[in-house]
Amino acid sequence: MDRFRDKIIPVTTLLAGLVVLWYVFAVIMNAPVQRDMDRRAGEDPRFSEFIGKTLAQAKPTLPAPHQVATNFFENTFTRKITSNRSLVYHAWVTLSSTLLGFAFGTVLGILIAVGIVHFIALDRSLMPWIIASQTIPILAIAPMVVVVFAAIGVTGLLPKALISTYLSFFPVAVGMVKGLRSPEILYLDLMHTYNASASQTFWKLRVPASVPYLFASMKVAVAASLVGAIVAELPTGAVAGIGAKLLAGAYYSQTIDIWSALVAGSVVAVLLVTLVGVAGRIVERSMGGRPA
Amino acid sequence: MQPAHSNTVIEASKLGLTFQTSDGPVRALSDVDLSIGKGEFVSFIGPSGCGKTTFLRVIADLERPTSGSISINGMSPQQAREARAYGYVFQAAALFPWRTIENNVALPLEIMGISRDERKARIKRTLDLVNLSGFEKKYPWQLSGGMQQRASIARALAFDADLLLMDEPFGALDEIVRDHLNEQLLKLWGQTNKTICFVTHSIPEAVYLSTRIVVMSPRPGRVTDVIESTLPRERPLDIRESPEFLAIAARVRDGLRAGHSYDD
Ligand SMILES: Nc1ncnc2c1ncn2[C@@H]1O[C@H](COP(=O)(O)OP(=O)(O)OP(=O)(O)O)[C@@H](O)[C@H]1O
Ligand SMILES: [Mg+2]
Repeated sequence: MDRFRDKIIPVTTLLAGLVVLWYVFAVIMNAPVQRDMDRRAGEDPRFSEFIGKTLAQAKPTLPAPHQVATNFFENTFTRKITSNRSLVYHAWVTLSSTLLGFAFGTVLGILIAVGIVHFIALDRSLMPWIIASQTIPILAIAPMVVVVFAAIGVTGLLPKALISTYLSFFPVAVGMVKGLRSPEILYLDLMHTYNASASQTFWKLRVPASVPYLFASMKVAVAASLVGAIVAELPTGAVAGIGAKLLAGAYYSQTIDIWSALVAGSVVAVLLVTLVGVAGRIVERSMGGRPA
Repeated sequence: MQPAHSNTVIEASKLGLTFQTSDGPVRALSDVDLSIGKGEFVSFIGPSGCGKTTFLRVIADLERPTSGSISINGMSPQQAREARAYGYVFQAAALFPWRTIENNVALPLEIMGISRDERKARIKRTLDLVNLSGFEKKYPWQLSGGMQQRASIARALAFDADLLLMDEPFGALDEIVRDHLNEQLLKLWGQTNKTICFVTHSIPEAVYLSTRIVVMSPRPGRVTDVIESTLPRERPLDIRESPEFLAIAARVRDGLRAGHSYDD
């Protein structure tokens, strides 16, 4: 009941407001084209009729919410999931490279963090490169990676996954460095009094202390992975995936398709972030975390 | 002076430690001569910043002295630490939040490579000793502050070192809990014949617990007085109203004042 009052009501109110705003903008943005079409057809519709038409164009400048919803619903639930028109199919293609890239990125990020925390030399030499790597725009790198891999005969999942890796290792590395360094001096002193070895301190203190940091950074990393996978599909002329769907939509001015592909992308993003969050909560609970 | 012990645990002579800070050197310890025998209960008392913690940390090999010498069981602090000669109880309980109470007590035992069965037996024994039986599976946040501190004492006791270093272990607890823990600590000391170095700010606590009270004074941190207790080893709580107790407490207070430590 409290949850209802505290969360659901404000969220639905906000959402309803946004939808209304969206309709207003759809009318405003589609009106010039509609007026043009009406003039050419020699029609002079009444105001209410005109509004209805602006919200029912085949290739609107800004599709109305119900158009996107219908398209999304049809392409998600009424098509065979193996069909090229199914959003589930495209989402799955993107999701699989996102997950592969995210797994690589998480492992790579953790390895880099462990290296940085354990070897001072790495901290000095590696960190600037890692930060520099993230300043290169992904849009510049993605085609190069894809082309280079295609040249050696590797296409499909792997090059896309690598771009996800490229985007996702960074938050994990930064988060894990912070997490592995999070134990206070007091705890390190305690381990010192036991004459604990570096690896004992690592496994019994640093690793468990870093778990909350790991999951927080994995949430960022999984979203970045998805962006990476979608971006990787854009320059490659990929035939499948949410990115390919966006590109095809843009090519044929299928604005409604673009929007429903965007919705599909957001749904996948929300799902992934939620999943990581839930996994994090389960792990922390099993480590004696205080229920919030 | 203290009668010569056949069995000296800690021997410090001309011990000094100067920290180099950005505001210049800080002499945390200067010319400390002290000898602590086996089975003694020695309290360190003095105003903030007089080097009590620093002295304990030097014994524990958490700080290196800059002058003089110190030995623990005839070894250097580092050798003593490597031989796991002492258990250290910090002011904060410092339990690992992701470990249950029994697993917290098991931590040093795991590090020291003690077998699972032996670990179990020792956990049971030490948790009994600090009256925490029944709380094995609880996490630290489910325990009160006093219980957490007892768990941290159990952890320090678990590997059965003969020397116990305690830095204001009951400083953050209320008086009633503190009285109770003092009583338990004395009982434990009586049962085990361990040597205990105990830092406190409380005169009654120091007098109640100790066989000897070391009074310290700051800038530079040094020992200004060492007071032998004449109280018997068996000490019920109400011994604190006895004239003998009050006399010792008065001497400690005088010692603190003589170090004119509370002037500034
Ligand atoms: N790591 C350090 N670096 C620099 N100065 C330090 C360090 N540790 C302690 N000191 C200084 O050494 C002096 C003694 O500190 P210490 O912590 O031993 O005092 P204490 O007697 O334990 O005080 P309290 O009763 O407040 O715990 C203080 O002046 C303190 O500022
Ligand atoms: Mg102190």
